Amino acid sequence: MALLCWIPFCLRLCEGSDLKMTTTFKLPDTAQMTRPPQIDETPGPAFTALMRKHKLTGEEYARVKDILGRIPTMAELGIFSAMWSEHCSYKSSRVHLKRFPTESPDVVVGPGENAGVVRLSGKLCLAFKMESHNHPSYIEPYQGAATGVGGILRDVFCMGARPIANLNALRFGLRSHQRTPHLVENVVKGIGDYGNCVGVPTVAGNVSFDASYNGNCLVNAMTVGVIHEDRIFKGYATGQGNLVVYLGSATGRDGIHGASMASGSFATSENSERSTVQVGDPFTEKLLLEATLDVLDKGLVVGLQDMGAAGLTSSSFEMAGRAGNGLYMDLDHVPVRTTAMTAYELLLSESQERMLMVIEPHKWDELRAVLDKWQLACTVIGVVTDTGRVQIHHKGLLEVDVPVDPMTDLAPKYERPMRPRVKDAADPEVFNQKVTAAALVRGPEALLLAALRDTGDKESIYSQYDQHIGTQTVHGPDVQGAAALWVRSEWADPSEPYLGVLTAATCNERYNRLDAYLGGAHAVLKAARTIAAAGGRPLAITDCLNYGNPEVPEVMADFSAGVDGISLACRELSVPVVSGNVSLYNETDGESIAPTPMIGMVGKIQDVRKSPTAVVSESASLYLLYPLKVGPQFGGSLAAKLLDQSLHAGQAPEINWHAEREGMDFLRLIIGNGQVSACRDVGDGGVITTAAKMVAKSGLGLQLDLASTELGRYSDLAQYFGEISGAYLICFNSGDESKALQSAATLRYNAVVKVGQVVDSSKISWGPWSMPLKVCHHAFTSALS
Amino acid sequence: MKRFTAAGAPRIGLIDFPGSNCDRDCNDAFERHFGIKLIPVWHTEHTLPQVDAVLLPGGFSYGDYLRSGALAAHSPIMGAVKSFVSKGGAALGICNGFQILTESHLLPGALLRNRSRRFICKFVNLAVGSGNSVYQKQLGQRVLRLPIAHGEGRYYIDGEGLRRLHDQGQVAFRYADAKGHANDESNPNGAVDNIAGIVSENGRVMGLMPHPERATDPLLGGSVDGLAVLDTFLSSFM
Repeated sequence: MALLCWIPFCLRLCEGSDLKMTTTFKLPDTAQMTRPPQIDETPGPAFTALMRKHKLTGEEYARVKDILGRIPTMAELGIFSAMWSEHCSYKSSRVHLKRFPTESPDVVVGPGENAGVVRLSGKLCLAFKMESHNHPSYIEPYQGAATGVGGILRDVFCMGARPIANLNALRFGLRSHQRTPHLVENVVKGIGDYGNCVGVPTVAGNVSFDASYNGNCLVNAMTVGVIHEDRIFKGYATGQGNLVVYLGSATGRDGIHGASMASGSFATSENSERSTVQVGDPFTEKLLLEATLDVLDKGLVVGLQDMGAAGLTSSSFEMAGRAGNGLYMDLDHVPVRTTAMTAYELLLSESQERMLMVIEPHKWDELRAVLDKWQLACTVIGVVTDTGRVQIHHKGLLEVDVPVDPMTDLAPKYERPMRPRVKDAADPEVFNQKVTAAALVRGPEALLLAALRDTGDKESIYSQYDQHIGTQTVHGPDVQGAAALWVRSEWADPSEPYLGVLTAATCNERYNRLDAYLGGAHAVLKAARTIAAAGGRPLAITDCLNYGNPEVPEVMADFSAGVDGISLACRELSVPVVSGNVSLYNETDGESIAPTPMIGMVGKIQDVRKSPTAVVSESASLYLLYPLKVGPQFGGSLAAKLLDQSLHAGQAPEINWHAEREGMDFLRLIIGNGQVSACRDVGDGGVITTAAKMVAKSGLGLQLDLASTELGRYSDLAQYFGEISGAYLICFNSGDESKALQSAATLRYNAVVKVGQVVDSSKISWGPWSMPLKVCHHAFTSALS
Repeated sequence: MKRFTAAGAPRIGLIDFPGSNCDRDCNDAFERHFGIKLIPVWHTEHTLPQVDAVLLPGGFSYGDYLRSGALAAHSPIMGAVKSFVSKGGAALGICNGFQILTESHLLPGALLRNRSRRFICKFVNLAVGSGNSVYQKQLGQRVLRLPIAHGEGRYYIDGEGLRRLHDQGQVAFRYADAKGHANDESNPNGAVDNIAGIVSENGRVMGLMPHPERATDPLLGGSVDGLAVLDTFLSSFM
């Protein structure tokens, strides 16, 4: 494989200087061109199969003919299929996504562009986005995950931002499932090999295992980049007569129909869809990254767009659509890596590491000089026109002649039927008692070990990622909380020399399965608490909305509720949504995944030196910050999962928004005062699991007693293993406790209470129970073995 | 530690290949801590500008397809680097730079795929070997804590070569425990004799897998031991 990649590069080295380039492109008279045969629409099995392959309904096909005023060609059918796929057109989700709050004083670029942009400090902004690569990763995990990273990197750097951090959020089936080890191994390797080679650190991640992902893993990749506010670039194909330039790798047959594959469900009985997975080349990506930033910096292009899903098709339509222009392209000029490719294949290929640019003709020489330095192939393949149509020629035929606006304006948009799930009507208290009883049978000690193993250390994963390149990583994945980056930039406000970016990606699928509305809110809250525990203020989120089959009314209702839950949390916390992605049809053999609205968040801390870690490193008193009058719940809890209790019963933790906001403000205050050495929000497995994870790798023991808190009113098991929203464990710097507690005295909705001690001992004890530290450490660190 | 003005700073050529990705970090470290702006030298050049030393940064030169550093070793600029080194010039190769130095036969041995066959990123401890190079003398008995990040960092040399390395005092860094005892348990990649870095016979060419440029600030991982290594590099030619 490596050798195959190397040979084309050497050829490129030899041939580069001999390529014949034209700086002008003569627009032919398209009216005189012959059109290829139209498709055969005679009703029958052949036509039905053709429609099914292209995932077009009868009504959608009728609309295609309306727009064209005739029967489409094969290439045109392919284009409509790709552009109107769920993946590209968001046809099931668009009506719902409008409900997201998208504005705040920090927002510079909201949804709709390649990535969202928020202001960080001075003229320094962050461009960021998260995207799913679920379907390809399940079929071919190494390449699927690798190209997922490649795609999201390009989305960020084609706006002119230099990527500074990668994150990923992964969901796999049960560890005992036959396919899981293979998927984990190769997805992680794919992510690592790609990001490591491009030279962007992978600084945070989130992994969990749940039976609902047995047939559909989730690979969500996020990139954060830095950009100057006045140099944000958008991909418009403006200026009639400007040249359309193809840049990057040659086009092969890989990835054809990727977009429509990502818009359908899997059935285990069907043949492998392996041929639709793209192959990544991170080396070319690195060259593309440097060359793109260089040409944007020099102002050499007027439009630039990654050839992502649906390749040349979507990039050309998107660029033309945004500018309100037309494009003429000649596929005879497209660099190919294999012979006899049809127009259909050239247009739908998802070969990686390619870009489409629009340039003014007089900039050609200067552009060539930059691209030659990076040894990237580029060639003029077309011209911007005033026709409002995308017209594409190939081998003497006008293969495509489609009006741009109707293609997007008349794209199908569905208000799919929704039927809310029937909720478990039983009193949540009954379920809480049931879980408590099961926990007593298993034994609280065994439950803690199971919890540590389930949520344990991911070192075997993150040690395969370069976490330090870029020399900005203050807190990486090894300290478990939000990643903290020390961003040194001349564009930032000079009064902030220790400016920090905090970032995290997360979602609790169990809460979402139980209640898609609260689950969506909890996903945002969890991300915000992770940022707050590191001392930061959230700036904005990106999301990957992973759901099942939208044609199932219950799934569609989950999706809609998830959007509302996210919107609620975003409004309550004043955090806008600035970019995102939807992945539907995560379904195999009729089984949909648990709703998984993954949230990627970026935040700011003025002085990153003060950012505490989520783990302790020295003896200290342990305090609990918790919201008053909120009880622990077992609905959707880690305990319920580990004790094989219903995942559909009980109640997810209640949310008190006043308390959540106040708690986060308090943390930012005391962390800003430099009073906190460690802080972690209480999550999966309740207070004891969270506390044990804080000390698991420190070599220090723990004594925890919640009797003096409001939680002390509940049963011992509920206190320690029940889950609550808005609680944090905190260690203060020595000498700062009394000052921090003075600040806490003014809290209205929360309390801060001393609940224990991190000590130099060999055990972890909580309430009436205890376990040897060594055993806990082993459970925590053997999580993935 | 040395701190230079723009006029008095040494001239260090930073050899840049397509796929090099630690060049910016090296620049940042030398500029922030020593006041030195590195001089970029592109791989297509056949001659070096006027320089006092060269630095080969980490990354994936030419994609590291085939074998790490193998293609870079045959690039035009490496001819100039070889002639610079043959005249006693100082060179530092970090990670991929080390791989390029061995592939160019400017240092003995080779770097193979990690024994685990996985990329490994983590902090390691290094013991300093004995020998007469400025690296060994200046860093003496210290234990250095530096991060590694590589997929092909398993140093290999045959028995005869290893004996010669030891005899000539060319073993500069070995993977060790926190107390500085080199041992197999601390060896992340299966390198022969736990070797992490070596120097040339004349002590002027240094290659190491760990990244000193990433350990130059207490905020970034808690170690500033990389500064000592970079400082010693400066001493090697000043």
